[in-house]
Amino acid sequence: MSRKTRRKLFSNFMLFLSFLTAVYGIFWLFWILGCLFVNGFKYLRPELIYLDPTPPGEEGGGLRPAFVGHFIITSLATIIGVPIGIMAGVYFAEYGRNSKFFMTIRQITDIMVSTPSILMGAVVYAMLVKPVGHFNGFSGAVALALLMLPVIAITTDEMLKLVPKEMREAAYALGAYKWQVIKDVVMRAAKVGILTGVILSVARIAGETAPLLFTSFNNNVLTFDLRDPMASLTVTVFNYVMGPYNYWHQQAWAAAFILTMGVLLLSILAKVLLHRNLLEPLFYIVRSITGKKGG
Amino acid sequence: MIETQTTLKTHMEVKNLNFYYGSHQALKNINMPIYDRKVTALIGPSGCGKTTLLRCLNRMHDLYPNNRYEGEILLDGESIFNMDVIDLRSRVGMVFQKPTPFPMSIFDNVAFGLKLKGIKGTELKDRVEKALKDAALWDEVKDRLKDSAFSLSGGQQQRLCIARAIAVEPEVLLFDEPTSALDPISTAKIEELIVELKKRITIVIVTHNMQQAARISDYTGFMYLGELIEFNPTEKIFTKPDKKLTEDYVTGRFG
Repeated sequence: MSRKTRRKLFSNFMLFLSFLTAVYGIFWLFWILGCLFVNGFKYLRPELIYLDPTPPGEEGGGLRPAFVGHFIITSLATIIGVPIGIMAGVYFAEYGRNSKFFMTIRQITDIMVSTPSILMGAVVYAMLVKPVGHFNGFSGAVALALLMLPVIAITTDEMLKLVPKEMREAAYALGAYKWQVIKDVVMRAAKVGILTGVILSVARIAGETAPLLFTSFNNNVLTFDLRDPMASLTVTVFNYVMGPYNYWHQQAWAAAFILTMGVLLLSILAKVLLHRNLLEPLFYIVRSITGKKGG
Repeated sequence: MIETQTTLKTHMEVKNLNFYYGSHQALKNINMPIYDRKVTALIGPSGCGKTTLLRCLNRMHDLYPNNRYEGEILLDGESIFNMDVIDLRSRVGMVFQKPTPFPMSIFDNVAFGLKLKGIKGTELKDRVEKALKDAALWDEVKDRLKDSAFSLSGGQQQRLCIARAIAVEPEVLLFDEPTSALDPISTAKIEELIVELKKRITIVIVTHNMQQAARISDYTGFMYLGELIEFNPTEKIFTKPDKKLTEDYVTGRFG
């Protein structure tokens, strides 16, 4: 066997091994998703969204408080976390570069991304639940906001760093102040990237259970009051899966399915935004139908 | 022959200028006049400090820490180091090596500097149109002012950047190798434009292309290792330079 054939064989063998490992990972992912899809789809009922839960043991009912609560908690977390995260990212990228202190904070932010989310729940429990004396929806939103904050700060920082320095200089050369350069040129250039980071972080917190267990906890009754304990889809699924009743399990499947689809949609949205040319053919069709000029 | 047309007025003057990046001295005792409404070219091999000198003229180096100037640069007799840097940069504009359109429409790109000065409404529209006409871009973009500036070709983008820079009506315009990223046709257009602009704007251009310096400039400074070796009318630099080093460079013996 010549050297060349041996090399070729070895290369093909290694390629096959990497292929196998990739298949191994993807197989389990699809197994889980497939399981969720089949079971979740089977038990999907419209009542799930608009009916309140029945007393335990009594079949029927829905998860309206959980859907509403989940929406409120995630939205509020986004409202709190996004502006703070973006501003922190802007500071890292545009002002903190030359300060040891802020670069240390930047490092800590990196570590914060991988903090176990249950720890964030415990911190917020000590801050906002213990002093009040009872679980409340607001604390849940704060816990999730804290979780998304470092993710957004880091994406914003990275995206701003990608803006070429020539573009900044060109704006300065026209006699712009620093804040004008950041607001009107740099942020605008990084807009899509920052937005993608925001969407991905929302997708991430939307699936969190642990931080909510200690904070917003759960509620069988529909509430809009952030001072009350508030139901969420994730905690409800967690409880229902552990529960004794068959219909609970079915509802948990369906709720998990809806939640996963939501997160999936958000991730796809982020991908599409980042690679907008994927949609270019679609824009073209719309434009040719409406007869409008692009711009 | 140039001197006979008008009396020569010094618009900017560089006096005993040293410049340091941290502890590295990049410019050594530069003395040079920049004449009013003339094109001054800076030539020299890579790393000789020509871009560094250019960026001193609008204090671009202020943007980064540990940069230090020593000496004096005068604009109309006034030290630029005593001026507000924002005022200075609206009087001394700059066009960069690579086209740097902002992520906004063609119109908004040109309007950017004008809006910073608080210009609005019809005046804004008129001045954008005038700048685009002066930059010889108007006919190509007048029907798509709302399109993204990135939809333009490289040469058009560079002319857009020139339009953006002249819209705020600077007295001096600095060009940092403005055609090095462009094809020959676009280069020719920019060169024509520079010759046209010098009727009302003082121009300093850094170029690594000696033919370009010979074609469009009235005065040329030859730099080497951070020093200004020779400053003379362009014709003299390219035909009968005072210094041996200049001659070696312009005849292509090194560089």
